[in-house]
Amino acid sequence: MTPSSTVFSPIRRREPSSAFGYRAIVIGAALALLLIVVVAVALGPYQLSARDLFAFLVAKATGAASPLPPPAETVILQIRLPRVLAATGVGAALAASGAAYQSMFRNPLVSPDILGVSAGAAFGAVVGIFLSLPVLAIEAASFAGGLAAVVIVYGIATAIRGRDAVLVLVLAGVVIGALFGAGVGLLKYLADPYNQLPAITFWLLGSLAATNPADLTSLLPAVAIGLVPLALLRWRIDVMTLGDEEATALGADTRKLRIVVIAAATLMTSAAVAASGIIGWVGLVVPHLARLTVGPAFTRLLPVSILFGGGYLLAVDTVARTLGTVELPLGVLTAALGTPVFLWLLAFGRRTAWS
Amino acid sequence: MSAPRLAVEDLSYGYPGHIVGHGISFTVGAGEVLCVLGRNGEGKSTLFKTILGLLSPRAGALRVDGEPIAGWSPRRRALVFGYVPQNGGGTFPFTVAELVLMGRTAHRGPFAGPSAADRQAADEAIAVLGISHLATREWVRVSGGERQLALVARALAQEPRILVLDEPTASLDFGNQVRVLDAIRSLAETRALSVLLSTHHPEQAFACADRVAVLSGGELLRIGAPGEVVTAETLRACYSVDVAVLPVADSQYHVCVPQAYLS
Repeated sequence: MTPSSTVFSPIRRREPSSAFGYRAIVIGAALALLLIVVVAVALGPYQLSARDLFAFLVAKATGAASPLPPPAETVILQIRLPRVLAATGVGAALAASGAAYQSMFRNPLVSPDILGVSAGAAFGAVVGIFLSLPVLAIEAASFAGGLAAVVIVYGIATAIRGRDAVLVLVLAGVVIGALFGAGVGLLKYLADPYNQLPAITFWLLGSLAATNPADLTSLLPAVAIGLVPLALLRWRIDVMTLGDEEATALGADTRKLRIVVIAAATLMTSAAVAASGIIGWVGLVVPHLARLTVGPAFTRLLPVSILFGGGYLLAVDTVARTLGTVELPLGVLTAALGTPVFLWLLAFGRRTAWS
Repeated sequence: MSAPRLAVEDLSYGYPGHIVGHGISFTVGAGEVLCVLGRNGEGKSTLFKTILGLLSPRAGALRVDGEPIAGWSPRRRALVFGYVPQNGGGTFPFTVAELVLMGRTAHRGPFAGPSAADRQAADEAIAVLGISHLATREWVRVSGGERQLALVARALAQEPRILVLDEPTASLDFGNQVRVLDAIRSLAETRALSVLLSTHHPEQAFACADRVAVLSGGELLRIGAPGEVVTAETLRACYSVDVAVLPVADSQYHVCVPQAYLS
């Protein structure tokens, strides 16, 4: 065989199923998300029908007087919609940052907690609760804690040069995460057992029960700002999955790319943790399932992760607040759902997930 | 006389506090294939990474067409050097076409997606290496030889002037070794590519190289035409085994057989 003798022919670029498949998956996921939004707004102690919601939407769109009684309108605008938006935003943020971390660290089994973000954010929030700070200050402290953890981890990784940069980052993240975890444990031990400890515990398990419209003004902009660099750099993020040396040899500026992508993903994770507490598994399992559906190319992986993550967490949150007489902690539900999925990936992943 | 495509001048390479090789000087001309031999741990990969700018030279200089390349950005280097690493490609299930398309990274800005020209260059590279039938297959699911051809296609899609291949035939079966070497040889001829490759099979030098460089003890032991360099004495100095280098019929090709097998 002489290679140059091969006849040039145009090549179909995508796998047979995925050219049509990608569009169908995006449309299907978007419709599913919309359906979950409608159900989530309707469900709850104050029941609303689909017809009520439609009438409400038409009235809002045309500027006519609302046909619903004032309590219904309050429920929709002050309680249900903020919570629906928060759940969708948190789910989308965790899934998108998880997808970015997985590509960046070349490992489909890492999650947004990998650089100690969650542990740092939890520590910040627990300090806030321990000092009996107001809610907004607790969220700010959580945000600051998450960012601080990543800055420390990145600082350590920069100081330790000459070894595999990614490996050092991940190990530093594990160590710093454990340290912040110990700090959380100490504060729980010292906290007032009747007043503060239940608040800390509930927050560490994750919940959107206390969501109010003001929370959205910090969550949604942070998520939007974090998504922009991920969307813009989506082609370079693919190249980063090859590893530092290969990506550099292909012409990518790996150091700058890594800083920008980590900063963006950390911003989103910290904002999500500040709004909802610790919700595990979403950032690990959702991007993984998205990759199984549309492949690893970030240009398709990012939108699908956002849609899957938003819809998934909104569905889980709706179940959490309607299933029993008391609200179930979100983190417990996502773990209960995530574990079997993860085990399934572990058992069959060699064929389907990893490769 | 014009400057050589690649000039390595009195190069020392290695890691901080650990010099692997020193005083290395050679040139590679346009369309020339240079095959680098040396025992395990001799630093062939380290030398290549230094030439590619993935490691900083400890001393000495590198020039491309007479121009010093110290201080070049990764992007500028990638427009000159195509690299086929030993275990490249990552572990994510990109299709072969997507992987080859990544070879166009240096041709566009950080925010830009692949253009029509990028896609055409990738398609052509895939076609030239005869792996068009694999384009939509997942890279992690094709055979080792096909992966290697895909990585060569990716380097080719870069449209480099110099191709650097680190043991491109390691872990390939016999047929795939021949295919990869044929592809390299014909690329050097048809595109005037300068090629730098390392191998553990001295015979391969006869199959594809214009010149052979032998690294030993951190120095350049010999460099020259395969017939002059791949000799029993050089191989004994390099690998510490007694080898007979025997011509095959009327061809330029020689085989290297350990003396112990002949007695």
